[in-house]
Amino acid sequence: MRPIIEVENLSKVYANGFTALKSINLEIREGEIIALLGPNGAGKTTLISIICGIVNASTGSVRIDGYDIVKDYRAARSLIGLVPQELATDAFETVTATLELSRGLFGKAPNQAHLEKVLKDLSLWDKKDNKIIELSGGMKRRVMIGKALSHEPRILFLDEPTAGVDVELRKDMWQVVRRLRDEGVTIILTTHYIEEAEEMADRIGIINKGELMLVEDKDVLMRKLGEKRLFLHLTAPIEAIPTALEPYELMLTNEGTTLIYTYDKQREGTDVTQLLDAVEAAGLRFRDLDTRQNSLEEIFVNLVNDR
Amino acid sequence: MNVYAIKAIYKFEMARTFRTIAQSIVSPVLSTSLYFVVFGSAIGSRMVDVDGVSYGAFLVPGLIMLSILTESISNASFGIYFPRFIGTIYEVLSAPVSPFEIVVGYVGAAASKSIMIGSIILLTASLFVPLEIRHPFVMLLFLVLTSLTFSMFGFIIGIWADSFEKLQIIPLLIITPLTFLGGSFYSISMLPPLWQTLTLFNPVVYLISGFRWSFYEIADVDVSISLGMTFLFLLICCVILHWIFKTGYRLKK
Repeated sequence: MRPIIEVENLSKVYANGFTALKSINLEIREGEIIALLGPNGAGKTTLISIICGIVNASTGSVRIDGYDIVKDYRAARSLIGLVPQELATDAFETVTATLELSRGLFGKAPNQAHLEKVLKDLSLWDKKDNKIIELSGGMKRRVMIGKALSHEPRILFLDEPTAGVDVELRKDMWQVVRRLRDEGVTIILTTHYIEEAEEMADRIGIINKGELMLVEDKDVLMRKLGEKRLFLHLTAPIEAIPTALEPYELMLTNEGTTLIYTYDKQREGTDVTQLLDAVEAAGLRFRDLDTRQNSLEEIFVNLVNDR
Repeated sequence: MNVYAIKAIYKFEMARTFRTIAQSIVSPVLSTSLYFVVFGSAIGSRMVDVDGVSYGAFLVPGLIMLSILTESISNASFGIYFPRFIGTIYEVLSAPVSPFEIVVGYVGAAASKSIMIGSIILLTASLFVPLEIRHPFVMLLFLVLTSLTFSMFGFIIGIWADSFEKLQIIPLLIITPLTFLGGSFYSISMLPPLWQTLTLFNPVVYLISGFRWSFYEIADVDVSISLGMTFLFLLICCVILHWIFKTGYRLKK
């Protein structure tokens, strides 16, 4: 199946010489939720902004459902809804008026029933006649989402949707996002909350200093998360791993004083006791042991720091 | 053509006008009425006729032009500058809407407002001074063309400006002096010869002269030249706008 978004060799160098993106290649599948994780200034917003037509690319191309975002911008953009990071709202307009504007801009005929559904889904119905300036920050964030949903996009970009919102609203938003995914909407989410990526995404992309360092199914990443390592700190160094311990595929490090056993705690047949018995039977003594678990955060930090 | 987008922008902009009706409509009409009272009725009664037209009546086209120029620029420039300032421009830029449609929406709304104000001032003026419009269609043509051209010019200023100060600087320091010196209150034939020649470099002279001709058939320059110049300004604005959208100047990074 053809991806709904194809990004090829996309680069962006701003007028001041800052390189925001370095030859990004990315394919996004229809109907998935993909989270782009990265620290501030990594290039996430630039990537989204180029795809949505707000920033010009320096080189490379983007196709949305096969339509080039420059040559066929009308067809490409009509599929997209964008919720930017900044709370930018028409402060003096009513909630309804601003949603009507959004729908019209995207070439859709007025549809009160749809707007009503969007407003009710976002718990904004009783605020529909309020001016936006009268709303709280969280409500304004909902209005921004409402604007993007008002024109029934097939692809929704959420740029840091939960930055600075309280836990309740965050949970509400996750619910809305899941519902949209169930309706077949493709969702691209940028975040620097790893928890959010874990909670929401089907796939996770890690972006840092303008480079896309990894795109992986969340399940694959979670399997890596499931991996644990047992560290056995020996009382005396050894030169080689005893033959009896070979089935455990141990690693010997720290100048022969530490044995590392990697196991999957979720997989059946993992037996730490058996290993410890085998270690004792091989005549090895250890003064301490500890276990460590990979977290997405750790994978992320390692990747980011390695570069 | 994304007609819904044009309608949406137009409706949104017009709603802003009616929401701020005191500032948008009442204020320019009131200030122009004061000109009529002061210059038309009070001082005007002591002034001699200009080319056979009473001074009060002579003032009307110039004052309408004065309002149209300033209102077109201020409304259109604010209309596009404000979304840039608060950040809501992202939506227009990411929408499936062409530059032409964006301009029609924003400039169309600003020009409509100017035409509305011009018409209200005209009606108000008829209460103070005896009016005749010998060429109503030409009058309407000038009214529409000038509103459109200067709304476009305002739109360009709104894109160029990166501060509220810059937004005001061209209307205040350039347009207002040009309008006052462009024959709003006098015929340029009243000026010494050197000033008459210099005045011809003022583009506003052509607009006011042509507009006044449609009322009384008196003009500082031939009406066809006035019309030609108005179209020329319109064309220049179109070219600049084309360049702005082609390059993304001040709109896209």
